[in-house]
Amino acid sequence: MKKLVIYLMAEPETPELARAAVEGGADIVELGFPFSDPLADGPVIRRAAERALARGMRTRECLGVLERTHALVPDTPLVPMTYSSLLEAYGWARFAQDVESAGGASMIVADLPVDERPELRRVQLVAPTSTDERIALAGAHTGGWLYLVTVAGTTGARAEVSSALPQLVERARRLVSVPLYAGFGISTPEHARSVASLADGIVVGSRALQVAEEGPAALRGYVASLRAAIDG
Amino acid sequence: MSTSAYGAYGGRYVPETLIPALDELEQGWREALADDAFHAELNGLLTTYAGRPTPLTLSERFAPGKRIYLKREDLLHTGAHKLNNALGQIVLAQRLGKRRIVAETGAGQHGVATATVCAKFGLECVVYMGEEDIRRQKPNVERMGLLGAEVRPVDFGTKTLKEATSEAIRDWITNVETTHYLIGSCVGPAPYPELVAELQSVIGREAREQHLAAAGRLPEAVVAAVGGGSNAIGIFHRFLDDADVRLVGVEAAGAASLGTGRTGVLHGARSSVLADEDGQIADAHSISAGLDYPGVGPEHAFLRDEGRAMYVGATDEEALLAFRDLARTEGIIPALEPAHALARARELDAELILVCLSGRGDKDLAEALSGLEKLA
Repeated sequence: MKKLVIYLMAEPETPELARAAVEGGADIVELGFPFSDPLADGPVIRRAAERALARGMRTRECLGVLERTHALVPDTPLVPMTYSSLLEAYGWARFAQDVESAGGASMIVADLPVDERPELRRVQLVAPTSTDERIALAGAHTGGWLYLVTVAGTTGARAEVSSALPQLVERARRLVSVPLYAGFGISTPEHARSVASLADGIVVGSRALQVAEEGPAALRGYVASLRAAIDG
Repeated sequence: MSTSAYGAYGGRYVPETLIPALDELEQGWREALADDAFHAELNGLLTTYAGRPTPLTLSERFAPGKRIYLKREDLLHTGAHKLNNALGQIVLAQRLGKRRIVAETGAGQHGVATATVCAKFGLECVVYMGEEDIRRQKPNVERMGLLGAEVRPVDFGTKTLKEATSEAIRDWITNVETTHYLIGSCVGPAPYPELVAELQSVIGREAREQHLAAAGRLPEAVVAAVGGGSNAIGIFHRFLDDADVRLVGVEAAGAASLGTGRTGVLHGARSSVLADEDGQIADAHSISAGLDYPGVGPEHAFLRDEGRAMYVGATDEEALLAFRDLARTEGIIPALEPAHALARARELDAELILVCLSGRGDKDLAEALSGLEKLA
């Protein structure tokens, strides 16, 4: 069965939204810990981060949201996604420790390539530009699954699924043994179906954030449409 | 962790997508450094196109009782030291086969230098600039347009250099196969800080020799403004081994990444940054768009910790007064950025001082005159 990963920004309403996503069929929930200067993100997630920060969502508050979300969906792996600056300020090891005690399954640090702080256990990312050597290195260090960035670019919905993905999946299959989940640019059930036919799972972020604006029921319905598409 | 020449600072804190491009850049840079043809081409351009060497001018009236030598980067083509770096990187980009250039700019001087070299080499040029900086540095925006560059306004966040840099990096992530990111200061992921420092170190190499010839000895202190820190690192480098020469970096008081910052990660490097206790980057404030940046090159953080350089601040007001006084006493209108260095240099407990006059002040006239009016 293909895995469905949904990204939500950590805000006070997020635990309920995460529950709706799980009810709709999400297997894993990524929780964005907002950063003021998110280099890997396009406008939707950047704006969501700006809003969350304006509402006071700092590291401690985000950990609180993680804990409350874990209480609501205890069987769903939760994966904070953030940037190095937050870990630098909080303490790298302490951050990992506190994420774990709040119920986090792993984490993603968008601006921390595998050769910076390899000792920090996290989901590694690889991109179409990655060499075979780097894909193998990321695969050897990653925690649980490998995140395939489908395009050279930032997060955000795109009209078409990346043409670079098939080749990236093919290379990664040859080089690593962990499951491969693909993200960046996936927004519609058609995208989801097409990517899930290649990878072991898909990650949907920007579009999920936009739908989440309309509340838990809308998010549940959207996630269910993705679920149906990848299971179909 | 990847190795860094700057102790705990530096590194490559960027999305994985960029790592192969940084590897390619680093390799291309090493090959260029070892290639006489690269140096010959660059030196030719610096001499016949940019106007190097720039002179050293003794100023005697600006600070009575002191001898302040001004390294005249304001006389370089395009009006600031930024062209040293832009020329070096454009020659490198040619070697790497990149046909499209992106850059960020604050005061607009780096944007103008980049637009200039792109015009000369026939390359596509996109410059990201915050809306606040577009407002206060209008002449430079017009120059970039005339030179054929596309200036893309950045209308979110601080609307200054910090956001412009983030957007330039996002563009690079998206177009990395075809594009060279022509970063304007000694910031960013490795190898950029080292590469920019090397390209700017021509300032210090010339200045040290010129100072020895003019004054018969080395200066007691070398003073330069620090935003990202490229003119300062450029003039400091050749003096690093001269233990008796004090190196003084002058930050804008409202953007003192080294003076009041903390260790953080911004735009691909670990350095000293203005950030809150949670690592969220703070807003910088300076009348000088070129210093209005919450980060600084990792080598400066390293030199500060080593005690080899010291970093002090100057307020908007002090910079404005130095701006006016240099114009009136020496007939030189400095940019607001080096006006910060001049403000501290004239109060320094030293008599023989070398100051990097990193750029000319034409671009700042409107902002500076209105600022001076408010002081009066």
